[in-house]
Formats: sequence, structure tokens, C-alpha cells
Amino acid sequence: MRHLGIELTELDDWNCCGATAYMSVDEQEACILAARNLAIAEKTGPQDLLTPCSACYLVLNKTKHNVEDFPKIREGVQRALKAANLSYSGKTAVRHPLDVLFHDVGIEAIKRKVVRPLKGLKVAPYYGCQVVRPYATFDEAWNPTTMDGILAALGAEIVHYPLKTKCCGASLTGTVPEAGLRMSYILLKEAVRRGADVISTICPLCQFNLDAYHDQIMKRWEPARIATVYFTQLMGLAFGLEPKQLGLHRNFVPMKRLPELEKSEIRF
Amino acid sequence: MSNPSHNGTDEVRIGFYICHCGHNIGAVVDCPAVAEYTSKLPGVVVSRDYKYMCSDPGQELIQQDIHDHKLNRIVVASCSPLLHEHTFRTATERGGLNPFYFQMVNIREHDSWVHTDLIEATAKARALAHAAIRRVRFHKPLETTRVPIHPDVLVVGGGISGIHAALTLGNAGKKVFLVEREPSIGGHMAKFDKTFPTLDCAACILTPKMSAVRSHENVTLWTYSEVVKVEGYVGNYKVTVQRKPRYVIEDLCVGCQECIKSCVYKEPKFSDEFNVGLSKRKPIYIPFPQAVPQVVLIDPERCLQVKTGKCKKTCLEACADRQAIDFNQKEELIEVKVGTIIVATGFKLFDAKRIPQYGYGLYPNVVTSLELERLVTSSGPTAGDIILRDGSKPKTAGFILCVGSRDLKTNRWCSRTCCMHSMKLAQLFKEHTDADVTIFYMDIRAPGKGCEEFYDKSLREGIRFIRGRVAEVTDWALAPEEEGKLVIRVEDTLAGFVRRIPVDMIVLAVGMEPQVDAQEVRRLFNMSCGTEGWFLEKHPKLAPVSTFTDGVFIAGCCQGPKDIPDSIAQAGAAAAEAMALIDRGYIEQEPNTAYIVEEECSGCKSCVVLCPYTAISFDDAKQKAIINEALCKGCGTCVASCPSGSIKQHLFEDEQIFSEIEGVLAYD
Repeated sequence: MRHLGIELTELDDWNCCGATAYMSVDEQEACILAARNLAIAEKTGPQDLLTPCSACYLVLNKTKHNVEDFPKIREGVQRALKAANLSYSGKTAVRHPLDVLFHDVGIEAIKRKVVRPLKGLKVAPYYGCQVVRPYATFDEAWNPTTMDGILAALGAEIVHYPLKTKCCGASLTGTVPEAGLRMSYILLKEAVRRGADVISTICPLCQFNLDAYHDQIMKRWEPARIATVYFTQLMGLAFGLEPKQLGLHRNFVPMKRLPELEKSEIRF
Repeated sequence: MSNPSHNGTDEVRIGFYICHCGHNIGAVVDCPAVAEYTSKLPGVVVSRDYKYMCSDPGQELIQQDIHDHKLNRIVVASCSPLLHEHTFRTATERGGLNPFYFQMVNIREHDSWVHTDLIEATAKARALAHAAIRRVRFHKPLETTRVPIHPDVLVVGGGISGIHAALTLGNAGKKVFLVEREPSIGGHMAKFDKTFPTLDCAACILTPKMSAVRSHENVTLWTYSEVVKVEGYVGNYKVTVQRKPRYVIEDLCVGCQECIKSCVYKEPKFSDEFNVGLSKRKPIYIPFPQAVPQVVLIDPERCLQVKTGKCKKTCLEACADRQAIDFNQKEELIEVKVGTIIVATGFKLFDAKRIPQYGYGLYPNVVTSLELERLVTSSGPTAGDIILRDGSKPKTAGFILCVGSRDLKTNRWCSRTCCMHSMKLAQLFKEHTDADVTIFYMDIRAPGKGCEEFYDKSLREGIRFIRGRVAEVTDWALAPEEEGKLVIRVEDTLAGFVRRIPVDMIVLAVGMEPQVDAQEVRRLFNMSCGTEGWFLEKHPKLAPVSTFTDGVFIAGCCQGPKDIPDSIAQAGAAAAEAMALIDRGYIEQEPNTAYIVEEECSGCKSCVVLCPYTAISFDDAKQKAIINEALCKGCGTCVASCPSGSIKQHLFEDEQIFSEIEGVLAYD
């Protein structure tokens, strides 16, 4: 973000959004928890609230909608915020980095920053379910293409990946592994089958699910080894940043070495 | 018996009647209370409430009161004037009064149907009644005028509906102009192989009608033509038709097609519209073998000679002495006069790409129902073979229903024909390939004659039915039997679980939509559209082929999705409605026309250009504007715009309108 001239301010004393789990237990309480972040953001200044996690993005947006549309929830939220000397008027926009990078920064500006095109790198663009459903605010619900555009601008080759909005299993990988891991497995094996070198995600939980469970997946089904990275990591690579700076060394499944990238003396 | 002349100069004696319309009005408006209120208003001699004013006893009540109480003004508060103004004007006339001493108040559509609060709705009814009672005092006796009707008819659209309407009228001895936008008539039906539920060959029943309409002595057929301008009014329309250049002289071409064979393009190269892109044609072509007229045409975008002026022109040599090819042909505008118009402009198919999860355009073996129709047809691109894109025969197929129908995200309506159409195609599919065929449906809608029996036949022939709206079509496999197949993911709502069904070919039953240019056509003929974009009938039950513009009728799918029998029935009905007007010979015109108070007209001409019906001309000698009453439709534009206030309008005189407004504002 800094590389593209965007200043980020960390939200002072932010709290967990409650994720989708809390929403399904008690919608009113979950909205109060998430609205606290919106209220703090509003107090901080007139900027947008940026959230790199799809679950946070969904929960914060859902809270915003609920507060706007349902008087009962609105009253509950306002009462609770008042007790903490906070208030929320509904002004703060909740944005995802993909939205900001595609619509505010723009493909042309991104292209200009590319010093090391990702030539020959085959990427499966994986959006996950929460950014486009139910609020498809900045991209198409069934066939989102904004990340495809960014990756293509980096010089990467986009693999046709019709599973781009299928769920990764989310927290089910921990709670009901039979179901959750199966969903991750399908995503991984289809990316491999379609010839991808790497899966690019826009959600840290998707990234984690697709990266961390390869041992268990191999035991249950078959190996489906492919690296999964957050899309801005690929942007960083193309912008010439050090892989270490991008945290690429922390992946469980390392990114495939690419001759073109090796030539530029980058080590993962 | 002394009966004062009811010309408005004597004492005004008003009869007021409020109708319950059963519960339609009576349940929301306190009718006796309104009658009680109006009975005390100045001039009101009789004030009654009655269950059904439009019934015979209701009408007789008015006549009797006129006689008994020497009434000279009548006000009825009931439904829309559209329904019963004529009824009550006639009753007033039968009672011995000029019918224009009558005024109607709409307390149903404007009140009881749109309100729920009894007190407020009753207050509104009182206000509206008060307004009418104040207004009717200033009514004057008026006479309707009769205008002769032109006996010729324009039919727009040469699909099965337009063809049938034109033939019906032609057979009755009426002169018809049939205008079709495409190079051949036939519409969608010409693309079908067989028709449900009888499975008779579509071409066999359509082509005789196509040739009959072409050769009919009373029908003038203009294909590759469009209506570009409509002026005038019922009985006297002036229509301009644009004939697009075919670059082939229609009267000279005999349809031998030698020119096509000799075209410099040795092989057909361009997407064939008739076969929905499944085959190729040349720049000079005939749309399909049974095309009517059997006249070739040149695609100006593709023909080297038309486009660049550089070609060997081998087609000219082939045509030889006939000299039917004319590269310099220009579009032509023709003006005709007609009295009535039938619009039968049809529908367009839903674009399956709008539902990306069904993979149309992405997976080559996902096809639309019309594409399959072309594949099944013996005259189609594969001569009747159902094959996959790689040329092999499908062993399994899935039909997905309601693609772009009954869907909140695309179109909410049921397209009515796709269940039956899909079952027909499924039967033909099995017949041609012996494949396993599954239909994925939400509900099977087979209400037409012989249709439920056809559904039963489909079941007996071993077509499988799975109930559930398909979630997605994908190519990722979970099990070995899914490898290389298209997988349909669906919740089977009868079995109660999610299923994955692998198939070779998927057929999307795409729904019907209004034509892309339906709005322009609507404006052209001064019609209305419903919220979905289908042309609106005057009344959904009682006037299904009439529009709100007198003399303009609609038939077929431009009014809403329907099958061939229903389209034909509407076309026949529209033809009968047109004939009813023609054979009466005249149109009775409302006397609500504008007139000029000559001594006050300053001759500024501002009204002349404003009149949408070109009814106002200017007398240079007198330096005054003149209104042609036969052309005036009573829209009031000139009345409102006249700077000197010298244009007035019958039934909308200043004192009438102002008293009406005062009535609404001043009621208590």
C-alpha cells in the first residue's frame, strides 16, 4: 500500500469483529461488537475502513446494513455504543484492499510500478465466498474479475478457475474437518489439475486453510501440493520487493521457483 | 307535461349517484354517508347510493329520476370512466338529456382500491363528489362527430401471429400491408423442428401459410423493412415504411441461387443468423431454404463489392440476363394510409450468458433450447444429428428449465412455453440419440390442451425429472465418472439432498423477453408497456388485444409469452377487432376538442408548432390560427400554451376546471 502511495492508520484499540460465528449465534450482540470498530473508525476521521480479511469485510458490512435497515438492531447498537461513549452514524465505508487497488489506484498505476513482471507464472485467482456474497459491491457475484485484472497487470498468466467463489471450508477445517478439509482439497486439486503454479487469495483465512492442511489432505485423499499466497504478496514480488519482506518464507508450501524470477536473483 | 329546456340557462337540477360496486367500493367508502353529504349541496335534487349503478336497474334509476325530478345534470361516482363513462352517458341520453350533461367520478381506482382507511377514503370520495357537482353545473350540450375510417390495415411483424392476422384480414377482403424486419417472414416458428404437444412438423404447417400470405391478392408483403413513422389517429393513420436495401431487386430475382454458388467466397464464412450461429453463410445468401420471399440478399458488412468496391463480381455474371443484383440499391421510404394497425413484433430469447453459473459461452457443450432445435431439424446445420462440438454423439443430457424465467435476479415471469418445449426436445433427443435425458425443473407447467398428456408421455418414455433449481454447471470432477463431463449441481428437493449429475450436453431452456427495441416500438405506435416491458393490453380480461390507442391492436408474444395456439388465437382476435372498426365505417369522436376564439387570437403561431397531431394550421389572410377538429385529440397542449388565452377546449373550459379544483379544495 505504501508502495502505491496509500497511507494506512491502524485503528486505535480495535477489537475482533466476531467473525461469522458470532453472527449466527446472536445477530444483535454480534452487530454491537462489530459496530464498535465502525464507531472508532468514525471518530478517527473521515477515511474509509480498510479490512484485508473477507470475514471482517462481510461482518462489518452486514453490521452497517443491519444498522441502516433494522430499527431494532440500530437502537441496540446505539445504546451499547453510548455506554462506551461512542456513536456511529453510518458514514464510514468498509472497503476491501482489492476494491481499493482496482477502483481507486487503478490498473494503469499498478502496471507502472511493475519492475519484475511475473512472466510465466500461472495463477489461479481465488476470491472465496464472503467478498462477493451477499454484498457484491465492487465486483460480480458469480464471476468476479477484479483480481484477474490486477494479476494480469503484473504479467502473470491467469488460469481458468471456475471454483473462484467456492467456499474454502472456513472455520469448518477446525470444527468439522471431514467437511471443511474436503472443500479445501477440491480447491487445491482443481488448481493443480488446471496447471496453476500458485493460488492467489484475497482472504487470510482462505490462505491459511489452503496452505496449512496439506498433510491431513494427503492422508485423506491425495497430495495436491500448490502454494497459496495473499494477492498483495504477488504484487510485491512484481514491484521488486524482497520475498522476505513479503513474508513469502512463512508459507508452509513454498511458492514454486520460477526461472524468470530466479534470474532476477530473488530467493524465496 | 312541461319540461324545461336543459341547456344550462335554467335552474340547475343535479342527480348524484354513488355506486357500491359490491364490496369494491362499499367496503372502503361509506357510500350512504357520501350520498347524505352531497344531498345538501347546492343544486343537488336527488342523491342516492346503489349497489351496482352499471346494472340495468341502476341505469333505469337515472332515467326515471330525470323524468320524475326534472333533473338536468347527472353525476355518478363509481369506477374509471374507461369502463362505464359510455354506459352512463347513454343512460343520461335515454333520459332525454344531452349525454355531456353527465360527469363521472372515479372513486374505485382512485380511491377504494388504493386506500385502506375507511374514514380517509370516505373523505376523499366526498371531496371528489363535491368537485364533480360543482363542475357539472357549467357543462354544455355537445355533439359527437363521425369520421370515416380507412379500410386498409397495417400488420407489423411477420411471425406466425402477423401472418395469421394478415391472412384472416386478406381473406375477408381487406387490404393488408405486412411489414417484416428480417429478410424472410416466419419468425421464431420457422426455426422449430416440431411443435408440442402434437409433434407435427412446424415447417409443414407454417410454410403453406407463408406462401399463402406472400401470394395473397389482398396482402402487400414488405420484408427487410421497418415502420419508421406513424402519424394520424384511429381510422386515418399515415405510416412510413423504410425498405432496407437487399442489393437484389426483389421483382427480378427468381431464387435460383446461382449467384450464391458463384460468390468469390468459395466457402461459407460468416455466422448464419437463422441457425443461431451454428453454421456459416456467404455474403450473398438466402436466409433458409423455405424463406419467403425466395429472394437472395447481400450482407453489406460482408460483401467485398458493397464494402470496398473491389470484387470480381462473379455473382453478376451468374445472374446474367436477369440483372437482379444492384450494388447501388438505396433504402426506400414508402408512405401508406391505413385505418387500423396490428402490432405482432414478437419476443427475444433470454441471453444465457447473464447467468454465468450455467457456463453458457464457457463450456462448448452447454447450448440453448433454440440451438438444440436447430440441431434436431433435418434442414439444420447437422441435418438432424444431435452432436457434441467434437462431433461425437452425447450419451447423457440435462435440460435446465427456467433459465431467465421465474427468477428474481433476471426475469420474474414464467415464460409459459419452456416446460413443454423442453419436454418436446427431450423426446426428440431420446429419439435421435438414445441418450439418458434428465430434466431439472422447479414445477412442470403443462396446462394447455393435450399438454399434461404430453408430460405423461415424457415420463413413460423414460425421461427422468429432478425437481430443483440448478445451482451451477461446472467441469470439476469429484468422482471418476465425472471426469471429462459437465457436472450439474442441484438440490433435489424431493429427495432432500444435494446431487451432482455428470452429463455430456446441457440444454438451457431460455425464457422469453420483450424485444430489445420494444420501448421504441411502443412510442412509435403510442402504446403502453407493463413494468416488464411487454406491450400492455387495454384490459387483461375484456380487451386482451386492444391497446390504449384506438385502432392499434396487439397479438402474439409482444404482449407476453405464449405458445403457438395462443398466438394464433390472439392474431385472429386482433383481426376481428380491426374488422369491427372497418366494417362500421366510421369513428365517433369525443367532442373534447379545442377551439379558437377568433377575435382574441393574436396570430403569434406558438400553438401551431406545439400541436402533436398537426391539427393547427395558420390562416395567412386572417392572421389567425385554425384548428382542424377532425385531427384534434383534445390533449390540451395548445390551450395551456396560448399566451392570450384565446384557445378553449370543450369539456375542459376554464370555469369547469376551476370549479372542479375549488370543489376538491373547499369541501368540508
